[in-house]
Amino acid sequence: MANTTAAMSANSAVTLPKRPNPVMTFVRQQPMGAVSFVVICAMMFAGLFPQFVAPYNPLDIDFSSLLAAPSWDHWFGTDAYGRDIFSRIIYGSRTALVIGFASSALGSSIGAVLGIASAYFGGRIDNWIQRFVDVLLAFPIIVLALVVVAALRKTVVYGVDVNLIIAIAIPILPRVARVVRAAALSVNVMPYIDAARAAGYSDTRIIFRHMAPNVVAPFLIMFTAFIAQAILLEASLSFLGLGVTEPTAAWGLMLSGNAADFYREAPWMVIFPGVAISLAVFAFNLFGDSLRDYLDPRFKT
Amino acid sequence: MKKLILGLVGVVAFTLAAGPQAEAQQPKRGGNFNFAISAETPHYDCHASDTYATLHFSSPFHSTLLRYNLSKFPDVEGDLAKSWTISPDKLTYTFTLHEGVKFHNGETFTSADIKATYDRLRSPPQGVVSTRRATFADIESIETPNPTTVVFKLKAVNSSMMDHFASPWNCVYSAKDLAADPTSPRTKINGTGPFTFVEHVKGSHVSGKRNENYFKKGLPYLDSYRGIFTLQAAAMLNALQGGQVLAEFRGVSPAERDRMVAAMGDKLRVEESSWTLNLLVLFNTEKPPFNDIRVRRALLMAIDRWGGSQGLSKISTLRAVGGVVRPGSPLATPEAELVKLPGFSKNIKQAREEARKLLKEAGHENLKFVLWNRNLAMPYTPAGVFLVDQWRQIGVEVEHKQSDTAPYIAAMQSGNFEVAIDFSNLFNDDPTLSMTKFISASKNPLNLSRANDAEIDKLYELQLREGDIQKRKQYIQALEKRLFEQAYQQPILWWHRIVLSHRTVMGWKMSPSHNLGADLAEVWLNQ
Repeated sequence: MANTTAAMSANSAVTLPKRPNPVMTFVRQQPMGAVSFVVICAMMFAGLFPQFVAPYNPLDIDFSSLLAAPSWDHWFGTDAYGRDIFSRIIYGSRTALVIGFASSALGSSIGAVLGIASAYFGGRIDNWIQRFVDVLLAFPIIVLALVVVAALRKTVVYGVDVNLIIAIAIPILPRVARVVRAAALSVNVMPYIDAARAAGYSDTRIIFRHMAPNVVAPFLIMFTAFIAQAILLEASLSFLGLGVTEPTAAWGLMLSGNAADFYREAPWMVIFPGVAISLAVFAFNLFGDSLRDYLDPRFKT
Repeated sequence: MKKLILGLVGVVAFTLAAGPQAEAQQPKRGGNFNFAISAETPHYDCHASDTYATLHFSSPFHSTLLRYNLSKFPDVEGDLAKSWTISPDKLTYTFTLHEGVKFHNGETFTSADIKATYDRLRSPPQGVVSTRRATFADIESIETPNPTTVVFKLKAVNSSMMDHFASPWNCVYSAKDLAADPTSPRTKINGTGPFTFVEHVKGSHVSGKRNENYFKKGLPYLDSYRGIFTLQAAAMLNALQGGQVLAEFRGVSPAERDRMVAAMGDKLRVEESSWTLNLLVLFNTEKPPFNDIRVRRALLMAIDRWGGSQGLSKISTLRAVGGVVRPGSPLATPEAELVKLPGFSKNIKQAREEARKLLKEAGHENLKFVLWNRNLAMPYTPAGVFLVDQWRQIGVEVEHKQSDTAPYIAAMQSGNFEVAIDFSNLFNDDPTLSMTKFISASKNPLNLSRANDAEIDKLYELQLREGDIQKRKQYIQALEKRLFEQAYQQPILWWHRIVLSHRTVMGWKMSPSHNLGADLAEVWLNQ
């Protein structure tokens, strides 16, 4: 009998397919997503440890090198204050990532909770939440952010403008709420939700323990996609003078101010920050798309 | 005969060649003049304002008693005053006024209007703001013996009195209007100036049309004008390039000038001058650690003004290094003396070493603070960026807080700041005007450093009462030395004025102050 069991175990070990490595599967299925993930990791490393990457202090003014062209000393040239543009881009990635991640996390999380609650409760609550979402969706994303940032002004905590994060998070919120609600509606009719209700679990427990984990895929996709949007919004607001202020290294800010006066003589002042913004937005968007393709079961059939 | 023909041809050729030029110098009447105003005034009252935005808006509607002759600046000439005499003891100023002057509402102008205007300036009634109250504190009485004579009697000799009378801020208002409602100039316009008010569309423009009853015969030349509010420099430059506006009279940066010259070539006129305007670094002496002279002085000593001047002058309107009087003007401290004062050393390495020592002595080696600044790109942002960098070099960490004008002014006036970039907006080189900011806060709320210093007050009074130029210069330099040694506040750099206009705009006169020459009476269009 023991021999028979051992033989069966050996047979099943041979016949069962090997569980594929999810990372390798992602790389194989979504090569562009993998490349964009590497770019994001590089950005994050630069943002976390800029002192190891940047050759100069981003605030160092050098009037003897005003508007210097790209060279071995200054890879991306210098700006109107003689500051090294490469170093400012490296340090600027910290601003972009902090505001991008924080805004997207805040907006996506609140949006997801609202979306799930809307689907779960239904009826008048659903109606009220969705009308609120409709109102927010009626404003173009940049206009809503502009209004909020102008109304809230600045509140700097540890060098980060908290109100800027809130201003960018608010336009993200309704978009995530709408998508997550759609996913949550299908989860809400699952038998295990009925079972949880029948077992007498609290609404909070059902929403956070049973529904939220099942809408993680659309949430993650929206979260990564909105990091790109948030980076773009931060750059736009800084460009318009409503984001971070000089001399903080920030990509949008690098495109405004003196850059508008000197871009003819020193085009590198706008080219490199522009490329940095494009690359970051492209990487996050591509990663988000790849994540969607990878996680969505419909794409696997 | 040949000679005669050649001679005639020569004369004809000369006439043809010279004709257009001679005609170009002859003012032409008519036309509408659009110009840019890069800020919008919060109200219409010249007496209560410190910003050029009010003057560029209001000056065409008003006259003043005296004014500066911009062809011979800083000489003073009459505006509503036809002539004047000053008593030998310099305590009585008697002005004879023009006759037949009418306000825009048809009332006749008399000496009573001058009296009412200056009474409002020196002793504003309840609910009225006069930022020139201290300036006219020496006036003891104003008498009007007849409708065309006004007599000012002073309590004490004031060396700056003629400059104060020529201030562009002293718009003359109607006595009847002021009697009916002393606050009316904030919202209503009734002057004797070359243009009458047509409309003010908030956020867009102000417009005026020729005052047909203007007391200076033949003026103004223009039929009408429109001052268009262009709050963004880029928008203003584009409008100038596209011909939507023909001039902007405040000033632009060297980079903006170069861009416009490249784009417009000889269609553009560029006029440059030093500027009676500076940015100051200001410490709130009531807030620790800025109540410690060592900390304040260390921060001033760390600023490399001479190096900064070379760099910043290429990218901003900041240029000249100077003390409290405009560099190059008669009463300014010469460079050889200036470099001996704290904050003006040319040996910046040594100065920064001393600054570090002072901070160490004061126990603030790792000082951190917030630098308040106005949210105006030019030249406030470059000045802020520059200061942050300079202080970083002695180990001080600064957060640069740029704020809109209203909250900025509120913070300055309430004392809710540590260090700030302030400005000194002058209209002449008279030191009394620039030094009023530095007399004790208990005497003058305009002293935003909140310092009280009896020595400075004494020197201010001495220079004010001194008739001898050399002695006055000594007092001014002594005051400057005291001010910089105590390090309450100090000029960062003085501005350089660059004005751009289309070559078709004629008759406007450049000066070192953007507060002057804004009435447009002599402006005409060569089209």
